[in-house]
Amino acid sequence: MPSRSVGRSVVRKEGRGKVTGAARYIDDLTFPGLIHARTIRSTIPAGEIVDVAFGFDTSGFTLVDYRDIPGRNIVALIDDDQPCLAERLVRHVAEPILLLAHADREALLAADVRIRYREAVPTYDATTSPIAFKTIAIDKGRIDQGFREADVIVEGEYRTGHQEQLYIEPNGVIAVPEHGGVTVYGSMQCPYYVHRALKVLLDLPDDKVRVVQTETGGGFGGKEEYPSMIAGHAALVAIKAQRPVKLVYDRVEDMLATTKRHPAVIRHRTGVKRDGTLTAIDIDAVIDGGAYATLSAVVLSRGVIHATGPYRCDHIRIRGRATMTNTPPNGAFRGFGAPQTQFAAEVHMDRIAEALGIDPVRIREINALRPGDRTATGQRLGRDCSALAVLRETVKRTDFKRKWRAYARLKASRCLKASRYKEGGSRGIGLSLFFHGAGFTGGGEVKLASKASLALTDRGARILVASTEIGQGTRTMHAQIVADTLGVPYDCVDVNAADTGQVPDSGPTVASRTCMVVGRILQRCAEDMRERLGRLTPREYLKRHGPLVITREYERPTDMAWDDNSYRGDAYGTYGWACDVAEIEVDRETWEVKPIAFTTVHEIGKAIHPVLALGQIEGGSAQGLGYALLEEVVMRDGRMANAQLTNYIIPTTLDTPPIDVVILENPYKHGPFGAKGVGEMPIDGPAPAAINALRNAGFDLREIPATPERVMVSEKQEPRHALHA
Amino acid sequence: MSITPIDRLEFIRITAAATSVRKDTKSGVSVAPSASVTRALALRVNGEAVRLDVDTRVTLLDALREQLQLFGTKKGCDHGQCGACTVHVNGRRVLSCLTLAVMHDDDDIITVEGLERNGVLHPVQEAFIEHDAFQCGYCTAGQIMSAAALLNEPCGPSDDDVREQMSGNLCRCGAYPNIVAAIQSARGRA
Repeated sequence: MPSRSVGRSVVRKEGRGKVTGAARYIDDLTFPGLIHARTIRSTIPAGEIVDVAFGFDTSGFTLVDYRDIPGRNIVALIDDDQPCLAERLVRHVAEPILLLAHADREALLAADVRIRYREAVPTYDATTSPIAFKTIAIDKGRIDQGFREADVIVEGEYRTGHQEQLYIEPNGVIAVPEHGGVTVYGSMQCPYYVHRALKVLLDLPDDKVRVVQTETGGGFGGKEEYPSMIAGHAALVAIKAQRPVKLVYDRVEDMLATTKRHPAVIRHRTGVKRDGTLTAIDIDAVIDGGAYATLSAVVLSRGVIHATGPYRCDHIRIRGRATMTNTPPNGAFRGFGAPQTQFAAEVHMDRIAEALGIDPVRIREINALRPGDRTATGQRLGRDCSALAVLRETVKRTDFKRKWRAYARLKASRCLKASRYKEGGSRGIGLSLFFHGAGFTGGGEVKLASKASLALTDRGARILVASTEIGQGTRTMHAQIVADTLGVPYDCVDVNAADTGQVPDSGPTVASRTCMVVGRILQRCAEDMRERLGRLTPREYLKRHGPLVITREYERPTDMAWDDNSYRGDAYGTYGWACDVAEIEVDRETWEVKPIAFTTVHEIGKAIHPVLALGQIEGGSAQGLGYALLEEVVMRDGRMANAQLTNYIIPTTLDTPPIDVVILENPYKHGPFGAKGVGEMPIDGPAPAAINALRNAGFDLREIPATPERVMVSEKQEPRHALHA
Repeated sequence: MSITPIDRLEFIRITAAATSVRKDTKSGVSVAPSASVTRALALRVNGEAVRLDVDTRVTLLDALREQLQLFGTKKGCDHGQCGACTVHVNGRRVLSCLTLAVMHDDDDIITVEGLERNGVLHPVQEAFIEHDAFQCGYCTAGQIMSAAALLNEPCGPSDDDVREQMSGNLCRCGAYPNIVAAIQSARGRA
């Protein structure tokens, strides 16, 4: 029996290639006869195209517009409302209109295309936009009764901004015309999303479209749906030119044109008893979908389901709306709606505590979900509900209550003594408690019906899944699950490329589902394979019986039920639970906020690979702190005005405080070795923890990012300011 | 504001245009401002002598990737903002997207491909694997080249000193804690 690999931090499958420079990303590949493509985009937020003029000699160029599309002019996803190339109407800045291609990149970049438009009046305010892509209502109990039972009602409005995924490798693909169809190589999370979109766009059957993921330099959701667009563009050019086509965005284009996290405006009205018990939760959430539907409906869904935070309450009303604005479409970003709504829930929770005069820990202890409790959708939580455990561990570890009181006292004394106003910085400590459902929402996993295959090899087995390695450790973690289940060493399991010509559709690499859902299907493949092998070694089996490939499909746990019409039931197979504590310092000259310490306790079922799991938690926390404090997308007339890294600021190593991570394991019975999802949850908590820390330091913020301008103003609004006027 | 900001590429375009106009005035041929001028270079890349004809507008990054097929050095922003393209020029770390290839006649360039010696990884590469100091890997070559240069730079002993010296290399995966740990371990070894 080989030593087990699950629970140990084995070497990454692709590690050596990444440190030697041997790993090949899309821009590192070329093909004979390759030409380069460029996207011509709209420069207005709303209107009609009047005419297009070419200010250059077009001979030698391949030109493509909507008339070259053999199939349907859409990027097939959910609503099919987004054209691959605009025909007449333009709904946002940077909307693709034309494609140019040429062997010489200089000639391509110099080509001058002039488009005249008839402009229309754009819509920028998501809350007043008349067009809704999706509305969702969740009702539990009777909200009126809940408010009647309340002693105090606390209201608040919270706002979150766009966030750019900012994977360091920009979006890119290469399309190669072959076998009467097309093969697309590229940086992506979901090869089968691209596969489906290409079939619809090009009117080709399954076997004429092949999609191969190349090594991918980060995704974070930003390469969930957008690669279907860019792959479509490259494929159209490749088919017309009958040559391989490379289409790789530069940084500015990637930031201007591709999806971002949905901005949100969330209103809370909460009834609470004097002792801190919640009696009514009433939430209205609006997310800004941008110009086309993309994934807004499902982002909204995850957002509203998580909108209460991990708290129990008998009377809940949630109304969610994803609306259209004339800005580039927003889409998937790690967390997928939950960071927005849990930001609001957790900042609001501190305000409730403040209104009642109790501390932030106590209000959460009273109301945190326990095993057996029901969520907003009526899901009864199992024994793996760990809200209280993560809260208590974090509070103990950070000495939270003592520090929180000490900083609050300092704040009070500062207010009384104007002379001390500018002495050093102001410090604060804040807490957030949050949860995150793993896998697709509701009946999503049943609809996906994901498949995974395992092929027997001489040494062990080869994994065949469409799940992509984008840095999070898919290949490594899947190989560990298979190795231990099959009873072979980790090194004897290898992983096939995510190539739709070779692997089954395991669903997209999103929604914290790659370990919990796809890993579980693989585990069942390995169980079957082990049974088939009996006492034979892989080599003996192959000699005696020939090749063996086992394919299994997702099976819904029998204890799960969901009704999409009433939005009632088990929204997710299970949830991870986490608690963050952020300690911050405000520079009273520049009003910059510096996180000085960060602690997080995550309950994730089982850490298949502890170092990879820590990496997800640390990385997600760093992105969450960027979301909270630094990252501001400035939209000016529907166009991102700061589409570069000098003024869209993401955390450097200096902006990232030491991150103290504790992993708790409370196994989920349907996860492989008890594992739940982990990828997204870490980004839900840092923003409310940081903003609550600012509250502790004397700054009343309801909006992120907490830029110096906002921080400065938020202190002035405090009534006690009059004391030192 | 009276200053009109121009970006680096535009700057290169303008300066290159000036060069080409001067040259081509001599030959009496009128050319478009974007016409290319080629220069011959002799330099050492990863220890090997290399002769290159480069367009004067081409960055060192593009010359390494496109003319020498050294794809380990990555283009993350092409504006000197992310650090993914860091290489060593005469032992010092340089952002290869912010320097023109034509400026490196006779220089000694090391890229991530040149760190390995006879199949043995550089201590920084070893440490990056040991500490899982990367996730997606796209910024990794730049991180490693910065870290390898740091070993020979004045740098205090603390983690904060390392952070300060590594703050020009962005990692969106947020592998920073492991990057710092890897560098500290490589410093101990070197």
